[in-house]
Amino acid sequence: MKLGFYPGCSLEGMSREYSDSVVALAKRFDIELVQIPDWNCCGATAAHNLNKELSLSLPARNLALAEKEGFTDVVVPCAACYSRFSTTHHELMHNHDLRHKINEVMEMEYKGTINTLNVIQFIDKYIIDKIEEKIVKKFNYKAACYYGCLLVRPNNILGFDRAEDPQTMDVVMRKIGADSIDWAFKTECCGAGLSVSATNTVARLSGKIVDDAEHRGAEVIIVACPMCHSNLDMRRSEINKYLGKKVTTPILYITQALGLAVGISEKELGFKRHFVPVNLPIKAETIQKEEVKTKKVEVE
Amino acid sequence: MNEFEPKVVAFVCNWCTYAGADLTGTSRIKYAPNVKIIRFPCTGRIDFMLILKAFAKGADGIIISGCHPNDCHYTSGNFHAKRRWMVFRTMLDFLGVDVNRITFSWVSAAEGARWAEIVNTTVDGIRMLGPYDNYRKMVNQETEVNNG
Amino acid sequence: MARIGVFICHCGENISATVDCAKVAEVTANIPGVAVSVDYKYMCSDPGQNMIKEYIEKEKLTGVVVAACSPRMHEPTFRRACGEAGLNPFLCEMANLREHCSWVHDKNEATTNKAIDIVRTLVEKVKRNEPLMPIKVPVTKTALVIGGGVAGIQSALDIANCGHKVIMVEKDPSIGGHMSQLSETFPTLDCSQCILTPRMVEVAQHPNITLYTYAEVESLDGFIGNFKVKIRKKAKSLDEKLCTGCGLCTTKCPAKKIPSEFDQGLSNRTAIYVPFPQAVPNKPVIDKEHCTYYIKGKCKVCEIVCPTKAIRFDQEDEIIEVEVGALVLATGFDIKRANFFPEYGYGKYKDLIDGLQFERIASASGPTLGEIRRPSDGQIPKKIVFLACAGSRDPAKGIEYCSKICCMYTAKHAILYKHKVHDGTAYIFYMDIRAAGKNYDEFTRRAIEEDGAKYIRGRVSRIYERDGKLIVVGADTLMNAKTVEIEADMVVLATAGVASPGAEELAQKLHVSYDQHKFFAEAHPKLRPVETNTAGIFLAGACQNVKDIPESVAQASGAAVKVCGLFSNDELTRDPSVAVVNRTAPPLFSTCVGCFLCQSVCPYQAIEKEEIKSRDGKILKTVAFINPSVCQGCGTCVALCRSKSIDILGYTHKQVYAEVDALLNTL
Repeated sequence: MKLGFYPGCSLEGMSREYSDSVVALAKRFDIELVQIPDWNCCGATAAHNLNKELSLSLPARNLALAEKEGFTDVVVPCAACYSRFSTTHHELMHNHDLRHKINEVMEMEYKGTINTLNVIQFIDKYIIDKIEEKIVKKFNYKAACYYGCLLVRPNNILGFDRAEDPQTMDVVMRKIGADSIDWAFKTECCGAGLSVSATNTVARLSGKIVDDAEHRGAEVIIVACPMCHSNLDMRRSEINKYLGKKVTTPILYITQALGLAVGISEKELGFKRHFVPVNLPIKAETIQKEEVKTKKVEVE
Repeated sequence: MNEFEPKVVAFVCNWCTYAGADLTGTSRIKYAPNVKIIRFPCTGRIDFMLILKAFAKGADGIIISGCHPNDCHYTSGNFHAKRRWMVFRTMLDFLGVDVNRITFSWVSAAEGARWAEIVNTTVDGIRMLGPYDNYRKMVNQETEVNNG
Repeated sequence: MARIGVFICHCGENISATVDCAKVAEVTANIPGVAVSVDYKYMCSDPGQNMIKEYIEKEKLTGVVVAACSPRMHEPTFRRACGEAGLNPFLCEMANLREHCSWVHDKNEATTNKAIDIVRTLVEKVKRNEPLMPIKVPVTKTALVIGGGVAGIQSALDIANCGHKVIMVEKDPSIGGHMSQLSETFPTLDCSQCILTPRMVEVAQHPNITLYTYAEVESLDGFIGNFKVKIRKKAKSLDEKLCTGCGLCTTKCPAKKIPSEFDQGLSNRTAIYVPFPQAVPNKPVIDKEHCTYYIKGKCKVCEIVCPTKAIRFDQEDEIIEVEVGALVLATGFDIKRANFFPEYGYGKYKDLIDGLQFERIASASGPTLGEIRRPSDGQIPKKIVFLACAGSRDPAKGIEYCSKICCMYTAKHAILYKHKVHDGTAYIFYMDIRAAGKNYDEFTRRAIEEDGAKYIRGRVSRIYERDGKLIVVGADTLMNAKTVEIEADMVVLATAGVASPGAEELAQKLHVSYDQHKFFAEAHPKLRPVETNTAGIFLAGACQNVKDIPESVAQASGAAVKVCGLFSNDELTRDPSVAVVNRTAPPLFSTCVGCFLCQSVCPYQAIEKEEIKSRDGKILKTVAFINPSVCQGCGTCVALCRSKSIDILGYTHKQVYAEVDALLNTL
């Protein structure tokens, strides 16, 4: 089957391994991710900080192009792009006049039929029910799932998971055998775009996140956003300096973790692009009985 | 410049909407002067033939407003009004009466701002629909025929 | 020959600022049937009212229209004035020129014209008014108090001490409410139960008070002075006459792991239980949902050991019906619990508790016998963080209002903690300190100056657990919004006060209005705080709005006085605006055809069947008859009647059609 795919700027650039892992994982489940032709940058933080119409027109054009191609579901792995797409869709659908205005600006009509899926929603809808039969190596590590800011907020627009103590990634990780831990920094800010302009702030904020995960025994931190990955991985030396110790916990995209579980090679998943080496200890192959704790997952 | 100012009659219940309209006054919220209120103890008392009477006598639009469901001062009067309205509306529509000229609403005693909003929206709507002379022509023709 | 007097009020400038009152008077003078049309600055004043009276006498007026403020404001005033002048009060109507006209429109011709239309409408109505005599009904001099907390207790005692009978209904097995759960009360730090229990006992022993606990109101019928209430006495599985309250059964019950409601889940109780040692009545009830016998059919240990054989497993709920003249609602409030706060862990941290739980910990008869200990490991906390305004004043949480009591009880908690743990530190995150009562501000000062409570102005954004401590992350807005992180041993949330569970259902049963937060609505926020819009039902205590004990008690006494005022008459006069089925001369007797559809829609069961008989007893016709003592005057039957045989005095067909006519015709 074919699904729409919007990689966005990060996945084409610095976070190429994210894109590679998403595409490879999809392929393993016979899904071809087709890029929206002639897609443009979603505007990210820059656009919505400067000009409202611009910040809506950029994602709207992508949505309109996707509609033209006949897609309904579009997979948007980058959390910021996902947030912009969802917000744009919400605003245009709730404001008749605004929609007309934006349609005029982009000289195209967006009818509102696109369903934007973040990577977790994509996994949940198309992959998770079939994964059990394809697991070749259980991902039996202690994993701290880090959601960051944009996946679950603002909750009333995205309607995805719950804003405090989200669980969707944890549920997916447990399905592949991970011991997904409860920890305190699931949705705390990593420092985001301050990575370049105020790296010390990122060192402090991301340092706290990594420190808490390590303190609770996490062997790996799972992310679903290229910004999160970049701050927690690429800025590790600054983090180590801030913490005054060397923390070696690797950062994996959720699609990389799932890819490992279904037997996709480390090369294909792009591990060599990481700054923190992914040296996951080899554990006994015994298939442990999954003890999925019955936590009340109230996804509001 | 459109000179037509619609005449709208509002049949409201004493306990909720009338009090709500009082609150609009106390809050000094301004609204269109085209609506005049007739007070009833309850929307349940409203005989819908009054609607036709009002149109025949010169009204261009009508508002019927009472307490929210479950809040009726007399428990169930507003439910009866609503039920009556649903049947009556279908019948009026069938007969060719313009049911867009009739607004049925719930306004509580605490909703002063909402009353003003309903009045303004209804008056604007009726203004766009224009005067309801068609109805009066039809009724007067009847009268002429009857009076020979 | 109608002679209507029209009196147009300027209401100071309230009406005359936008409506040309003189013009209105001039125009209305020309309406056929109007004998007098004058305007004046203040109609409701003494000279204004006297003017009306003089005109009534001088001009022999047959009806009066006072064009002024809303009839909801002054209709009784002017009706009384007319009555004093010898005109039947129901021949006086008010035209609403203020709330519905002058206050909501600009000063122009359209506004004055609207005012004229409004006055004309009421003139046409009044021409068709009939003189009505108030209906008298007897009053049942028994009051029903719903709720046995401090407000209900105060009300019941006040009414009973005035010599009237009181029935009190309380849904828990014991009276006492939240006040009985408190450790000490502010600002005196009196032991809460010590001051409450004597009152509780007085209620139980008072000759005029009948107490039903573990009971709820099932339904309400009737009207002021004549209510019929059905009360459901839930099965206690106990013969109360035989039970001596020895408590042996509670010591032998094997089902011991049920979280105690009284201790807010901090301790366990048995299935057969007395909620707390000072309970009134001090007799147990069996919790059917957790009792081994009711669930599995085995056990019955309590029945075996009971020395007086008082246990009755076959007991069913009993519904009793009582007749009362007035009700006092004193159903109290509840608080939000820790699980309301996702940012503080959804309630999963054992040492993050709410204010009531802290009261139980601090209480000498509580789960820790008054020692401040952490629920998780029983250790004494050296650092407690109190969060004031947890949930209150927060539109994002849906609770915009202030819960009033939390600032005071948080200071109290800090004081109590410091008195018991001398080397402990209490931090309080606050937004404002609301200590407006008598000796209240001095009390909060004391917490700061004498007991060293550290107040930090700011809110807490997150609380999480790490290595057995609770990390509280907040801000100090008085230090430039600096982030404050405290490693606390225990956190106490002063959570928002909310309406009692079941408040909405009860309000709907009683036809009492309530607001969007399910607090019962008072009749007027300033001037009628203890009455509801439902005649004969009064309010006391936190069910109307979260409040502290002195205010609850004051309001309760206020409600009691209203009840006693009602009972000081043997008869009540009722509004005569009731529906009447017409009666005509034989052989028709009435245009009513006897379909009795009206009977099925009357919310008050006021419509009966009346048999019209010939002289020799043969039934000629059965028609509808409306009981004027029961009819509330809603008019649903009037609109429903297909033969138009019912009319409602005060809003007759003729009147209403005339109003529509008048409203739309121009002079």
